[in-house]
Amino acid sequence: MSVDTTLTPGRRVQALLHRRPALRLTGLLTPALVWLGLFYLVPLALLLATAFFDTNSFTGRITYGFSAKNVVDVLTTPAYLLTAARTVGAAAGVTALCVLLALPLATYMALVARERSRPILLALVLTPLWASYLVKVYAWRILLAPEGGLLGGASPGYGWFAVVLTLTYLWLPYMVLPVYAGISSMRGSYLEAAADLGARPWQAFRSVVMPMLAPAIAAGSVFTFSLSIGDYITVQLVGGTKQMLGNLVYANFSTDLPFAAAVALLPLLVMAAYLITIRRTGALSRL
Amino acid sequence: MPSVARSVPVTPPQQAGETPAISLRGVRKEFPGGIVAVHDLDLDIAEGEFVTLLGPSGSGKTTVLRLIAGFEQPTAGTVLLRSRDVTAAPPFDRDVHTVFQDYALFPHLSVLRNVEYPLRIAKVPRAERRERALAALATVRLEALGDRSPAALSGGQRQRVALARALVNRPAVLLLDEPLGALDLKLREQMQIELKEIQRTSGITFVFVTHDQDEALTLADRTIVFSEGRVEQAGSAQEVYERPASAFVAGFVGTSNVLAGADARAVLGRDGSWSIRPEKITVTAADHTAPAGWTTAVGVVEELVYTGATTRCVVALEAGGVLSALLLNGGGNDLPTLARGQDVRLSWRPEHEIHLM
Repeated sequence: MSVDTTLTPGRRVQALLHRRPALRLTGLLTPALVWLGLFYLVPLALLLATAFFDTNSFTGRITYGFSAKNVVDVLTTPAYLLTAARTVGAAAGVTALCVLLALPLATYMALVARERSRPILLALVLTPLWASYLVKVYAWRILLAPEGGLLGGASPGYGWFAVVLTLTYLWLPYMVLPVYAGISSMRGSYLEAAADLGARPWQAFRSVVMPMLAPAIAAGSVFTFSLSIGDYITVQLVGGTKQMLGNLVYANFSTDLPFAAAVALLPLLVMAAYLITIRRTGALSRL
Repeated sequence: MPSVARSVPVTPPQQAGETPAISLRGVRKEFPGGIVAVHDLDLDIAEGEFVTLLGPSGSGKTTVLRLIAGFEQPTAGTVLLRSRDVTAAPPFDRDVHTVFQDYALFPHLSVLRNVEYPLRIAKVPRAERRERALAALATVRLEALGDRSPAALSGGQRQRVALARALVNRPAVLLLDEPLGALDLKLREQMQIELKEIQRTSGITFVFVTHDQDEALTLADRTIVFSEGRVEQAGSAQEVYERPASAFVAGFVGTSNVLAGADARAVLGRDGSWSIRPEKITVTAADHTAPAGWTTAVGVVEELVYTGATTRCVVALEAGGVLSALLLNGGGNDLPTLARGQDVRLSWRPEHEIHLM
């Protein structure tokens, strides 16, 4: 009996890939890694490098030599640090408001609402994400206008609070979605078990609901926090005279690119610190 | 009734003068849409009793458990725990703990901290908490796994952790909602023995919901058979099995072997529905004469089901009707060459004919 050993080229490649899992993996990952490297890591490295260049104050041209001047400036000037603190505060405020709004909303969607209406509610939460960012922010600008706005005299006016309010509106879906998923996982008997073992509603909330939801809230906060820290358009439109880090970058990147790069390092550092903190709590590993 | 009378002692439903652990008085539960899960139920469960609620799914047995735990409010009637009216009390205000069907172990807590949970809620001091939780884990033989996450346990281990957690604070009543349903047969039998042992030594009242009749009969002092939201029969394993009160109980508990109507008249010479347990029936060759006084009928073997220790022999009777006989595959079998299509004679003592209401 003769065995047919002739292989078409296509089959030969299939056989090779079948025998070598490493080759398979390389093939699948290469495009993504090239993309990540070229369009994400390289620009980030260039940003870091640019922060240590300087600008000729007369010609306005970049001088390509090492200079820590911009970075030291950013890190020691009180006005910049105040802006950084205000930015972090706004991001923290947005995140806290999003958690407060998302918890009852997601609880209703996941546990109280009828199963048939869940997809509709989810779609309603997601719909604002399909609208243009600028349209939404302009809508809030009109809503919050101190004079002639829809809120009239009740408007808080343009400023830091208006920024927090608008950003909360913009990023809320990013908090609702993970919290909804987290609460859905509690559809089993966990809440009944807590009550059965003697926990009053508030005790059950603290000892079972919050710890079980921590990873979901952490995931949502990564979005709300980082999106808020980097935002500058909302601040321009409803922030009044207040500025955040993004505005400093935006105002300087055409005239003094190295300085803008140095400012841009601040949110980067804040986000890195934030992610490390969250990682420490172990919330990310339970996502 | 010769053999039935020599039964194992049965805890009476309520000893005189003693308050029952649980009393349901005229309890009715309707769900939206007019579905009545429980019809006007009166039930007393004595202190320290092991009761199983047995029935097919949808018979209302789990609803009864949830009414006792406080997860459901009755539409009418009262629930008493040790003569305290808890009808409107929330679950955390009842001295009742539950072992859930899906165990409901908190995934963010270690095994030990899961077991400590009810003690932590009850504000038991830290050292005592630890000691009692370890003792509870020891009773289910899991003291070595306290640091594990529940996710790292097997089904049987999770079941035992859930049991330890529900027992650690010594509730007046322990409710178990089909806790062994997800385990394989061997593990289930082992857990049944352990449960019985724990119940005996702890003296806690156990209410155990199951749809498995063997499990119900094995575990319980008293089995309460449910069907469509009503109690069909309540009694010891022997009573429920040997003296089924209705055709439903006869069919649900053990193999249904009912002769009714024309078949009953032809074979037994009596009217009504009659049940004969398969293991009470003797199978012999058709030309064999039955012992004096026994009821007898001839028929053809329709089916033989070999299951290791026993063989089930389904016989179509000449006079009408079908009966199953259970033969022990022992050494002294009269009919080693039983085959399909063979003519056989079935015979049994008349006292094994049970009239069904």
